[in-house]
Amino acid sequence: MTLVLTNRFNTKDSHTLKVFEESGGYLSIEKIFKMKPEEVTEEVKKSNIRGRGGAGFPAGVKWGFIPKGTGKPVYLAVNSDESEPGTFKDRHLLEKDPHQLIEGIIICSYAIGCHQAYIYIRGEFDLPYRRIQAAVDEAYANKILGKNIFGKGYDLDVVVHRGAGAYICGEETALLESIEGKRGNPRIKPPFPAVVGLFGCPTIINNVETISALPFIINKGADAYKKWGTEKSTGTKLFSVSGHVNKPGVYEVPMGYPLKDFLKNECGGISGTGTLKAVIVGGSSVPVMTAAEAYSVNLDYESLAEKGTMLGSGGMIVMDDSVDMLWALTNLAHFYAHESCGQCTPCREGTGWIGKILERFLREGGTQQDLDLLNELCDSMQGKTICVLADALAMPVQSFIKKFPEDFKRHFKKAAKSAA
Amino acid sequence: MDKVKITIDGQEVEVAKGTNLIEAARAVGINIPHFCYHEGLSPDGNCRMCLVEVEKIPKPVIGCRTGATDGMVVRTNTGAVAKMRRSVMEFLLVNHPLDCPTCDQAGECKLQDYYMQYDRVPVRFKETKVHKNKMVDLGRGVMLDEERCVCCTRCVRFCREIAKKEELYVQQRGNHAMVSAFPGKPLTNHYAGCIADVCPVGAMTSKDFRYKKRVWFLSKTDSICPGCSRGCNITIEHEDKTVYRLKPRKNLDVNKYWMCDFGRYDYVFLNVNRRLKPARQESHSPVDCSYEDASGFLRASLSGLSFSEIAFIASAKESNENITAFADCAKDVFHADDVYYSKNDSLEPEADDILITADKNPNMAHVKKLGLKPVSAISAAVKVVLVQRDLCTADIKHLKDRGITIAALYATSHTIADHLSKTIFPIPTYAEQTGSFTNGDLRVQAFFKAFPPRGEARPVQEYLKDLHSLTVKLKRAG
Repeated sequence: MTLVLTNRFNTKDSHTLKVFEESGGYLSIEKIFKMKPEEVTEEVKKSNIRGRGGAGFPAGVKWGFIPKGTGKPVYLAVNSDESEPGTFKDRHLLEKDPHQLIEGIIICSYAIGCHQAYIYIRGEFDLPYRRIQAAVDEAYANKILGKNIFGKGYDLDVVVHRGAGAYICGEETALLESIEGKRGNPRIKPPFPAVVGLFGCPTIINNVETISALPFIINKGADAYKKWGTEKSTGTKLFSVSGHVNKPGVYEVPMGYPLKDFLKNECGGISGTGTLKAVIVGGSSVPVMTAAEAYSVNLDYESLAEKGTMLGSGGMIVMDDSVDMLWALTNLAHFYAHESCGQCTPCREGTGWIGKILERFLREGGTQQDLDLLNELCDSMQGKTICVLADALAMPVQSFIKKFPEDFKRHFKKAAKSAA
Repeated sequence: MDKVKITIDGQEVEVAKGTNLIEAARAVGINIPHFCYHEGLSPDGNCRMCLVEVEKIPKPVIGCRTGATDGMVVRTNTGAVAKMRRSVMEFLLVNHPLDCPTCDQAGECKLQDYYMQYDRVPVRFKETKVHKNKMVDLGRGVMLDEERCVCCTRCVRFCREIAKKEELYVQQRGNHAMVSAFPGKPLTNHYAGCIADVCPVGAMTSKDFRYKKRVWFLSKTDSICPGCSRGCNITIEHEDKTVYRLKPRKNLDVNKYWMCDFGRYDYVFLNVNRRLKPARQESHSPVDCSYEDASGFLRASLSGLSFSEIAFIASAKESNENITAFADCAKDVFHADDVYYSKNDSLEPEADDILITADKNPNMAHVKKLGLKPVSAISAAVKVVLVQRDLCTADIKHLKDRGITIAALYATSHTIADHLSKTIFPIPTYAEQTGSFTNGDLRVQAFFKAFPPRGEARPVQEYLKDLHSLTVKLKRAG
């Protein structure tokens, strides 16, 4: 099946310019330079591709927020700071098809009038960094980037900027701070980056997967893209699957694909005990789903929202029924406590406190009061901070406790157990 | 500027468009609690204490970064807001050491105040607290207790925006985050004392003030810093005729919310090395004596002189009232053509573009207004001088070279001029009297008496009145 993003994944040396061009790479360039920038944006709007970083905001609409005639440069920042537990789809795009990303960057830059793009890549990524840097170097050497690209009279520079190892720098405004050389603290919004972004200038921040889908949209047209997916969730989506499945890995499926089929066909069924217990579908920060919910849901924005969760980044964590959900949650909480930037009080103190309560719960048992306190702390954190990192812990905590109460009650202290 | 009408807790208020909600609420007497917001610094919005509800906005908003727009309806008194404040307080106290009994901030700590106002619930945190360093000397008299820090970054922003030196930053993440100076680089800015002032909790304390006094024992008196011609508005904090610290007082036209370290720590002369009793010269050293004795000695040294042989040297460090009194006495009673002045001619600390000025006298403006002349221009006929406050080294040398005797010195402290003065009379410091200074921008600013004069110090006016009787004799003799 020819899809959007992963067509070259199984080709040898797919990361090289040679293989990329042989397999139809950079074809869209000819096309876009015959179009007006607004027409490119219009085509992307028409495809209704939604941001693949997690929030799912329509990319074309976002581009339209760039104010006209400010006289300031416009920047593009490609968010490659993929660090959410369970998410590793961008890594594959960077490793296996970096030129597809560069082609997407050229398309987006032309549409928004950007001449300086940044690829902000997670500090811990080694091979992906080497691959994308090599691809950028190769592109410069072949006049695909730099001055007068493809002889079309358009200048575009791309800088690969490595982070220093912080999950929070994947938050778009923290990412901008980090590129500017500052501590990666999220900024207060508004103003949104499309108006005041990098170095105070209009900036578009898109995920690697979003940008990588652009060459297809331009080459084949928005209608071809919309053939996949549902009416509101168009196109295909990458899912990175880990946990108790027989074939963990990165899969591209059309939106609206039933999760049950996905687990059976793509992932080769549930491993471990063979019985599904829970699925975190969109990266560790979205609410967890029980087996029953997972088997009845489709992989698109609307269907997942109906089940009270989110498509997020597509980082899927599958758990069989041997998993102690308290243990799993403690593991997650530790991550968020470690990665909170420490700026806002509720997040700085709340994530750490929740982590400590869960650790104690796991170590020496807990009580119903502890669960109530956890729920209350989540309420006090959600929607009270500058960015959504606090919410990203609060959502799993509340959903784990709500959906798997037995796993917590098993850890009640003896006295509390008999009382319950 | 555009005005907008907004409603806060049912009270309508008209403010400039974009005024933040904390300030707008303050205008109608409603206090929105906050840690990280400071009027003099850019808002940061990290403490989340100022969350309020605004109609038509689904999520709570922070008062410090939300600008007033026309028709806005703000609520600060709802149950939801109270709950948010309580939870922020609870979060802040989670890793706080709760060491109020040994904390210098106790009594003026926002954590304490807000706990009493908005929290008042028992601790629910049963886990182990994060421990950090309790005593970090940041340099320039600022001590940091990392455990007490609430990461509001006021100090970081102060250094960046006011002191204009990027010297503090936040290091680490999550609940290990803390403010720090850069490794091996202590503070160097001349306004570091303000860091302890802006700190809303006990994280940044003044090394100078630490463990000296509980703040609730201190009385506060409005005053003016006499350190330079800026005339920073300050508060003298004192108890039992002893000054413990000076703090800047808000005046947007002069010093905003700040003062320099030189002014801040220049309170020691109010407490120690004070001239408390009159003295007279005996075999080249001043000996304390009664006022009658000293006064008699002064009369004796003046007797037989004509008016033209006596000159008055006022001080640019004294108040408008005192300089005027001294000059008036010279002119009206002693018929002097010219009155002279001495000044602090120090060049340190160097002037900057923040607050510190080059003129180290609080009142040169008044001296100039009265047309007083420098000591170097003293008339050839002069044989003795009466000196207000003290003399700089250059002036002393000039008088020595000319063979002029100092008949009387009206001094607050022991100075190098003591050994050259026939008589010395104690006068009160600026903390011990009410008066005014005229600053470099010709702004007349009042300062107030914090406590009665120490020792036998009397206002110079009283001494001058006594001199009046002497002049009658001089006249007769002349």
